[in-house]
Parts: sequence; structure tokens; C-alpha cells
Amino acid sequence: MGCHLCEYYCAFAGTDGSDMARALKGIKINPRIKIEEKDGISFAVSCRHCREPLCVKGCITGALTVADGVITIDRDRCVSCYTCVLSCPYGAVSPSDDGAVQKCELCVKTAEGTPACVRGCPNNAIVFEERECAE
Amino acid sequence: MAMNYLYPEYEAARNYDRCITCRACERQCANGAHEYVEEADKMVCDDSKCVNCHRCVALCPTRALKIVKSGNTYKENTNWSGKIINELYRQAESGGVLLSGMGNPENFPVYFDKILINASQVTNPSIDPLREPMETKVSLGAKPRDIERDENGRIINNLPPQLSLSMPVMFSAMSYGSISYNAHESLARAAESLGILYNTGEGGLHEDFYKYGKNTVVQVASGRFGVHPEYLNSGMAIEIKIGQGAKPGIGGHLPGAKIVGDISRTRMIPEGSDAISPAPHHDIYSIEDLRQLVFSLKEATNYEKPVIVKIAAVHNVAVIASGIARSGADIIAIDGFRGGTGAAPTRIRDNVGIPIELALASTDKRLRDEGIRDNVSIVVGGSIRSSADIVKAVALGADCVYIATGALLALGCHLCRSCHSGLCNWGIATQVPELVKRLNPDMGYKRLVNLMTAWRHEIKEMMGGMGINSIESLKGNRLMLRGVGLNEKELAILGIRHAGE
Repeated sequence: MGCHLCEYYCAFAGTDGSDMARALKGIKINPRIKIEEKDGISFAVSCRHCREPLCVKGCITGALTVADGVITIDRDRCVSCYTCVLSCPYGAVSPSDDGAVQKCELCVKTAEGTPACVRGCPNNAIVFEERECAE
Repeated sequence: MAMNYLYPEYEAARNYDRCITCRACERQCANGAHEYVEEADKMVCDDSKCVNCHRCVALCPTRALKIVKSGNTYKENTNWSGKIINELYRQAESGGVLLSGMGNPENFPVYFDKILINASQVTNPSIDPLREPMETKVSLGAKPRDIERDENGRIINNLPPQLSLSMPVMFSAMSYGSISYNAHESLARAAESLGILYNTGEGGLHEDFYKYGKNTVVQVASGRFGVHPEYLNSGMAIEIKIGQGAKPGIGGHLPGAKIVGDISRTRMIPEGSDAISPAPHHDIYSIEDLRQLVFSLKEATNYEKPVIVKIAAVHNVAVIASGIARSGADIIAIDGFRGGTGAAPTRIRDNVGIPIELALASTDKRLRDEGIRDNVSIVVGGSIRSSADIVKAVALGADCVYIATGALLALGCHLCRSCHSGLCNWGIATQVPELVKRLNPDMGYKRLVNLMTAWRHEIKEMMGGMGINSIESLKGNRLMLRGVGLNEKELAILGIRHAGE
């Protein structure tokens, strides 16, 4: 419904604060999920966790890996070559504010496992479910 | 405008220490009250556009917002209150009739709040509903007076068609048009899941919802919108709407702007044309005329569906109900003066009609005195707010209650009473697609089911306390009620004793 709250919950999940107001006050957020809007339709774009991910294939240092179907990034290995940014067909990988790239990692490292965008969506528009991917 | 007499009634108070300028408030306000000022990196609010619907408050992720009453005040005057002065200014400005949404908010007595429920002590045992069976099922419709037998002495089934409900509640009429597709879907799915009924209202039935027929009451109102044989046969009962508690004696007007796409098709009227429901049914000017419509509808549905006649609670309600009970109708629905609406003239809403508690008590008594109480079931609506109201209504003689405002609250309504603007921020009373989708029926129907499940538990607890294990044995059991702070006349009409008696 275009409230963009998922973006803010995503940004908050990336911090270690317990209070959103303190964590995000005065900060221009750079979330890993982004809302695309046109003609009254809004859509949340985040990593699709592809079965054959081009970003992982293209990663020159092995910073991006797939584990349990989730594509995660090892920030220490990333050299910010942005090959993944260019190769992702969904535009789901982006440069972060402090070197390395960032992408949705389904909150496996943050927000107690359930993606923060899913928990925060007031209309259950974003859901988290396992899907058998079509070949 | 060079001069504005009206100062905003409410202000959106923002705690700037907590605001992270996520702009959710701005994006979610269909009235355009909030705005982001780029240069200052700050949110601001035009309070004159705020309708106090709490959408921004509910969505603000940092609880930086709340709505407060604006402190602006006129010189104190109990006769010319600020509200009256403001309404007068508004009319001096516009020259128009004042419109309002939802039910009468004025300071009239709420009799339900002056009635207390009994409980068992020592001399008769209370019942624990968690350990013993407790029946909340009700059956609505005319009950036969006599047992008929065939020549072999076997009982002939002479029971007219009945509505079977898991609890004495139905969702009352709200038309598709006045409320959104998603709101209708939420009500229909909740009714199905709960084993109760919802009511289409007068706007016809969207083709997607025919599958909920077993949980549907279809309405025929004075505009006859969307009425055709398949429609009449699609539900479990047909309701003839004569009047509505929020606006007795007044018709309806759904603006042409809302008659778009599916609504136009469902109502069977051209797109963009105003949907005007006349004040009276132009073919009903007497009980005899009403009887003709009742039987026309029964004929059209092969005498398989009970017919409900819905009236507003007005001064002579008991006499009118007596007429209806003799017209062939199976169920009488009475809507009290607190009942909701999408739009009504404010003066009508706030000054016409009578309290449902008094209307119910006098109607039940009248029908019993005349020996025709079993001809009909009585359903009452008009601000049933809790399970306690239901228990009190049943004890005053109702078979079942109608709930609408309460159901909308469960769907997110915050009673801002701006339904008539068509810009409901909660996706309920609007047809704007971007707003409608804010109400997710998957979530909405669950909230309705939760509410009714909770109320059903509470009804059982109260029944258990009274030592009653079936809601049918509570019906009309006024000895279970006592009044507090009521005068002799009020007690006499309600048919109850004062507390302590």
C-alpha cells in the first residue's frame, strides 16, 4: 500500500539499537528492500534468492555464497567491484554506506530470524514462505 | 479564503525527538494533512485537513504522533456550545445540510449501561462453561403455534424456513458501494467461518460473493438496486429494508462518483449515475402493501427463505412491529437511534428515533400481549458494543442482534465519522483502489472471527454465572436484569426491576 515502512524496518534491522527513533533519527536510510511505485501500484524489491544466482556466479572473491537457499555476503571478502550490482537482474544488490555491497539476507543475521520487513508490514503484503522453485 | 471562522478541532501532535521523517504519515493520509518539507528535513501537518482517523498514529513506527483536541475555545457557554457554534458557522458558509457518518454520538442515555446482569449464589448453582456444555445456537424464523399430525398420528413438519446461527449475532446491512469490496469479503468470510450471517445491504451482491450464499442475507430496499431472481435466491434470507436507525424516514444517496465499474454492474445502474434510495418504498403505504411485497418475495423464492422486515426504532415501534408480525414476515429487525450509516443529515442522525433498549422491550411485550410473539423473531441493532450488550438484549426479548459498527471497528475503523467523504484511510468506506487495498481481507476476516469468538466466550461466562446453559432460556428472561439510576417509567417500559428489589 506504499507506506515504505518495510524500508525503515529494514534499515532498523541493520542497526544494533533497540529504539527505532534513536537508531534512525537524522539518518538518510539506505535499505536493502526498496519500494517501486507506479500508477497506484507499489512493489517491494528485495533479493529473490535465485536458485542459480548471477551475483554469486559473478563474484570475483567468493564474498557472496549460498547457504540453505539464502544468499549471504561476507563483508570482509567483498572488494566493492560491484560486479554483483551490475549482474543482478532485479536490482536487489546495492552499494552500502560503508564499503562492501549490501543485499537482503532475510535477516538471518539480525532481527531474530524473521525478516523485519515481514514483521513490520502493516498489511501482510510482504510474506516469508519457502517456495519450490520452478526449473 | 480571507477569513476562516473554523479553527481545526484536532491537532496532530508530533514529537520531533522521535520523528525519523520516514513519511509514512504523509503517504497514508488520503486527506493530505501531512507534508515533508525538504529544506528543513521536517514533517509538518495541516491540522485543518485532519479528520482524526488515527491512520498515521497507528502506522508511525516510532510513536512520534498522536492526535490531541485543539485547545482553541470560545467563551464558555453551556447553551451555545463550541460544537453548535461551529456547525452554525459551517452552514452560514456553505448553505448546505450538515452531513455525518456513523451513529448518533450525542449525550443521550445508554440504557444498556444502566442495566445489570444477575448471577447465581448458593440457592441455585452457576455453571462452568469450560466444563459443561453451553449452547449459544439460535434459530430465527416464525415458530408454528400448533403441532399438526397426519391420520396415523405422526407429526407433520410444519416448521417454516429457519435461520440457524452458532451465536445470536449477525453482521448487519452495509452495501457494496458504501463499503469496499475488501470489507465485504472480510464480513462474508468471517460469517462463513463463524457459522453466522452477514447482510448485503441494498447495493446488490457482487458476483464473487455468491459462493458465500449460505451465510448471506440479501436486502431489498426502496431503491431495489441489484435485485433479480438469482440474487433473491442466492442467500438464506431476504430482508426488506423499510428504515435505518441512523436516519429514520430518510432515503439514501450514493454519489455518482462512487458508481464505478463493479458497483455499477452490481447495482444494475449506469456508471456515474447517483444511486438514490427513496425515503419510502413507493409500493408500500400500509401493512397490507407490505404483506404483498413479503409474499412476492416468498413466491419468487419458493417459500424457502424467511423474510426479514427491518425498521428504525421510532415512537410507535411496538404497534408497527405488531403489524409486521401479521404481514407474513418471519423476522423483525429493529435498528435503534445509535445505529451507524455511511452518510446521514446530522440533524436527523442526532435527533430522530428512540433508544433500541426501549424499542425492544416495548415491542417484545406488545407482541407477547397480543399472543403473536412466536409469529416472528426479533433482531435488534443500533450500537451493540459488547457481549454484555448482547446478553442484556437477549434478556430483554431479542432473539439475535445485528452488529455493524462493532464489526467495522474490528476492521480498523476509528469512528472518525467521515465516511461520507469517500476517503476512508482504513480502506473500509471508500472505493478508491489505492485505499481499498489497505484492508487485507485475510487479516480483516480473522479479526472479525477473533472478536466474535471472544464475545461468544464472554456470553457463555455470563450465562454460566446466571445458571443458564442455553441462550434460548435467557430470551425475554427479564428477571435476570436490574436497573440502576432509572426512574419508574423507564423501569416499567424496560419491564425490569430496580437493583435491590
